Amino acid sequence: MSFYIASSPHNHQRRTTATLMNIVLLAMIPGFIAQLYFFGWGVLFQLGVAIAVACACEALCLMARDRSAMMGLRDNTAIVTAALLAVSIPPLAPWWVIVIGTLFSIGVVKHLFGGVGQNIFNPAMAGYVLLLISFPVQMTAWLPPASLASNVPSFLDSLHLFLFQYTSEGYSVEQMRRIDTGTLLDAVVMATPLDHIKTQLSQGLTLGEATQHQQFTGIAGMGWQWVNAGYLLGGLVLLQQRVIQWHIPGAFLGALAVCAIIGSVFAPDYLPGLNIHLFSGATMLAAFFIATDPVSAATSNRGKLIYAALIGVLVYLIRSFGGYPDAVAFAVLLANLCVPVIDQYTRPTTYGYQREER
Amino acid sequence: MSWIIGISALALMALIAGLILGFAAIRFRVESDPIVEQIDSILPQTQCGQCGYPGCRPYAEAIANGDELNKCPPGGQATIDKLADLLGREAKPLDAAHGEEDIKKVAIIREDECIGCTKCIQACPVDAILGATKQMHTVIADECTGCDLCVEPCPVDCIDMVPVEPKPERWKWQLEQIPIVEMNHLAELGQTQANGSNEAETTKQQQVNG
Amino acid sequence: MAIEITATSRLWNFPGGVQPDERKSPANLQPIQRFPLAPMLYIPLRQHAGAAGELCVAVGDYVLKGQPLTIPGVDNGLPVHASTSGTIKAITEHPLNHPSGLSGLTVHLQPDDQDAPYPHQPIADIHAISQREVLQHLQQMGIAGLGGAGFPTARKVAGARNIDALIINGIECEPYIVADDRLMREHAAKILRGCELLQQLTSAKSVIFAIEDNKPEAINAVATAIAETSSTTIANIILRVIPTKYPSGGEKQLIQILTGKQVPANGLPADIGILMQNVATAYAVAHAIDVGEPLLERVVTLTGEALHHPGTAWAPLGTPVEYLLQQSGFQPSKHQRVIIGGPMMGYTIANLQVPVTKTTNCILAPTASELTPADAEMACIRCGACEQACPASLLPQQLYWHAKAQDYDALKQHHIVDCIECGICAYVCPSQIPLVQYYRQAKAEIREQAIEHQKAEIARQRFEARQLRLEREKEERLEKHRRAAEARKAAQAARAAEAPTSPSAADTKPSAGKGTNAAVQAALARAKAKKAAQEQPDSSASIGPSAAVQAAIERAKAKKAAQAAAPEQAEPVADKGPSAAVQAAIERAKAKKAAQANAESSQSAEPAPENNTQSDKQDAIAAAVARAKARKAEREQAKGNTESQNNAAENERKGKQN
Repeated sequence: MSFYIASSPHNHQRRTTATLMNIVLLAMIPGFIAQLYFFGWGVLFQLGVAIAVACACEALCLMARDRSAMMGLRDNTAIVTAALLAVSIPPLAPWWVIVIGTLFSIGVVKHLFGGVGQNIFNPAMAGYVLLLISFPVQMTAWLPPASLASNVPSFLDSLHLFLFQYTSEGYSVEQMRRIDTGTLLDAVVMATPLDHIKTQLSQGLTLGEATQHQQFTGIAGMGWQWVNAGYLLGGLVLLQQRVIQWHIPGAFLGALAVCAIIGSVFAPDYLPGLNIHLFSGATMLAAFFIATDPVSAATSNRGKLIYAALIGVLVYLIRSFGGYPDAVAFAVLLANLCVPVIDQYTRPTTYGYQREER
Repeated sequence: MSWIIGISALALMALIAGLILGFAAIRFRVESDPIVEQIDSILPQTQCGQCGYPGCRPYAEAIANGDELNKCPPGGQATIDKLADLLGREAKPLDAAHGEEDIKKVAIIREDECIGCTKCIQACPVDAILGATKQMHTVIADECTGCDLCVEPCPVDCIDMVPVEPKPERWKWQLEQIPIVEMNHLAELGQTQANGSNEAETTKQQQVNG
Repeated sequence: MAIEITATSRLWNFPGGVQPDERKSPANLQPIQRFPLAPMLYIPLRQHAGAAGELCVAVGDYVLKGQPLTIPGVDNGLPVHASTSGTIKAITEHPLNHPSGLSGLTVHLQPDDQDAPYPHQPIADIHAISQREVLQHLQQMGIAGLGGAGFPTARKVAGARNIDALIINGIECEPYIVADDRLMREHAAKILRGCELLQQLTSAKSVIFAIEDNKPEAINAVATAIAETSSTTIANIILRVIPTKYPSGGEKQLIQILTGKQVPANGLPADIGILMQNVATAYAVAHAIDVGEPLLERVVTLTGEALHHPGTAWAPLGTPVEYLLQQSGFQPSKHQRVIIGGPMMGYTIANLQVPVTKTTNCILAPTASELTPADAEMACIRCGACEQACPASLLPQQLYWHAKAQDYDALKQHHIVDCIECGICAYVCPSQIPLVQYYRQAKAEIREQAIEHQKAEIARQRFEARQLRLEREKEERLEKHRRAAEARKAAQAARAAEAPTSPSAADTKPSAGKGTNAAVQAALARAKAKKAAQEQPDSSASIGPSAAVQAAIERAKAKKAAQAAAPEQAEPVADKGPSAAVQAAIERAKAKKAAQANAESSQSAEPAPENNTQSDKQDAIAAAVARAKARKAEREQAKGNTESQNNAAENERKGKQN
């Protein structure tokens, strides 16, 4: 018998990093199912490959850094990164796209910066940006929502497409993206709602005309609104579970909403409104799962408000005036860069100090 | 004509810039201690002379004049790093020729052996030894810098350098260094309480060893 | 700016905080017990924040219950008292009740189970004497803050002027601890009496009694006691019930909850007109003034699932923790933790023999499943949970990075000194990082650096003063030589003038019995001899024979004799501990002085009675002289060969020890 010497506190909230990450993964399920439903099996393959590659890469990096691979893998952070990247890229993008993206996210953005907790950029978003600017064709090849598609690929077709970019019958991804327009044989190639609006507006059409398209049923485009709703639901679970605080989602959505309202007041014909901004693209995923990544976000509550509002404004600006239809990844990375400054200027006032000198 | 304008314009600009700089130099002057003072304040003030100079201040002056930074064993690597930082020089490892970094010690005079020769008093650089001719001497432990200089002159070798005893109020929370006491005797504890003092002994022993 | 609080005024909130499992039951269900006295009490001399007093008892003394064992030293510390009557068996180093597990000077008191009391010194009417005298009484009674750090109560009260509100802290927010809860339930009236006395001492305008809402029984008891107390004795006493949240019992946090104000950094609550005292302290104050008995015991919570009968007990100060655990049915497991204090801020002890002290409010012996030890520390994911929970609004994450990098300047900039070490950051950390441990180490290091720097500063001043002194002495010496030379010249000139027939004016050597100035020459010779004696103080001197040296030798002999005759009682305690050794040294010095006085007056080295001779003493001197001789010889013979010299000295020493 001997004594156990330990430092206080001697009790702990039994909620480890791994637990938190598991909750995050579970909370992604509603959005993920919606994505699976509307965009087919490809999402699942992306997820599987991403997780496998991420874990392998994490283990290798840890070993190369002389750390215990098991200890590192246990915290599940690599899986979350992989999942976020997997749901961000087009479901039928070729397998090597997700492999490269994941390797970059884990190997470069995370471990070259020092591993868990040290990366200044959100690994998933940095990986996404790398893929977007390196492989623009593959990265914009989104499928139409299943109900609109002329060809809905089966499970095996999806696997075939994912691996070889052709179905076993020889259809290409391009062909799979066509929309069943009913009358026209030379059907339009599908784009995401935001992409579609951007293209149409740049061709001189007004917003009203651009959203005439049949995929804009509902409030923000078929399929996408449900995916966003799914992530919103998951986000609310995270809030309820106190895994995340309200500050980041609140400030992000608030800033985006304010911008959208101001925009549609001044230029209703050219700037998409609140509904499109909030429920299209990756808005909800960003609000609850991406911007809330604690490692690359600001620390204090005030800092988090500023950080998330910055992302919201940037998303709006890039969507409305930039070259890309969606902008979450760029906005998050730019805000990541601002984090040290934000942290410096939003230190809370320590007990017993008046507003302190810096 | 144009070259006159050019030159005078340049001259004027130089003049204005010069005035601004001159004003700034006076108005925004950064008050700083002379470099020797700053170096001296970093040195540990043991006055041990291991650097080869008679005290810390002379060594500080020597450093300011370009001597090496790594001659101070009592200060150790921490002092070298600070000096290197202050002077913008390279931090070298401690020069072993001047001694090695050691734990903090304090001089203790075995008082019944002291013959009252005052030699150690004369050797002490900080006047931390009390006594008079033919009187027992003693070290003011709080003022002793552990410089070792009194040990050599003692004709009867009655000065020991002992490690500074750890005090609870200056303990640095090194939990892993706490000796673990086995408590096998707990079972028979109901009968005897006498183990207490023995146990205290063991603890102390372990501490010294550990 | 006066603080006005009514029973209904707003309660504020402090940022952060957590609500860990309370687990106050079952320890709070049983009345406070009283165990039989432990077979041995270990009373450390230092039980409060401050320096220990000076011992005023010796080994073998019989002491009464409440008899002071120490008297406060120069810094106004607190005395410690015998917790019961009995015999002092030893005064030696004993493990302290401290996280370090270090030992300190401790009085070992063996109770005689009589509890024979030392005369009580109650104060009948505190208005009859000055406030200073009452505070002095509290100091003599050894009253320290029983809630936390053990700050002497008298000093805390003395330092507080213009107090608006006296806050009585009955929060006890930390899980498991129920000592104050039980005390309030059972002794509410006496606590209120303490409040009354404290209010009169501080002239506080109002008294706020604060209790957390998880102690309904205590709230009832106190409310009833307040209702029963006439409003004339305690003016404006208000009972405030505070929502349960850790750490609302922290002094700063409770002030923020009650008043919405913050104690300024580096300031005291008194700066904003507040004085806070723990309920147990109030009880002790009432006891010390009304009964006149010092602080001899306190309520200790004994809890944790490794105990069969958790509860509370009145423990005499000095009772070994082991004894209390054993009385509560301790069933230790393989790697048992024994925590002094609660699970959030308490510390583990490595030795069960440590005594209960004035600040020991809880002994917690949990099982491993009850309080799971922390897992391995993982990487920080910057989740910010610590910052959300920090009640001091610090940035625990930044502190953690800087502490890891040992960047102490940055830590100071981030106000690490304002960390109250409540443990919340580490409690909420999902990566199981022992954040508080990092901060504590960093704080200790910062404190150490400050001490070192201060010491270095003092050393520098002393060094510089010494240099100046040496310089001055050198100049004085030169000046003296110069003057002596001048005087000589003048004397020569005078001699030349007086006796022009003298053979050689230039001859400065005095030749006795020659010429008319023999007397002058004799005087000069005497002066020279004296100077020589002064300049050569070493007794081992090889300087030629002179009266002074002769005297020195005689003195040395006398000293030896005196040492031999040194009082016998000084010897047995010489190896008992530092202060005993000091006493012995003082006695030795006194004896020496006396002997020298004798020697000088009688001019004869009359040997002291031989029957008192202590051979080891003489041996030591003989050995020292022998060593010195050997060393000198060696130096002359083998100069430079320090190795052998050291060896010889070492051997000598060993020989002596054998």
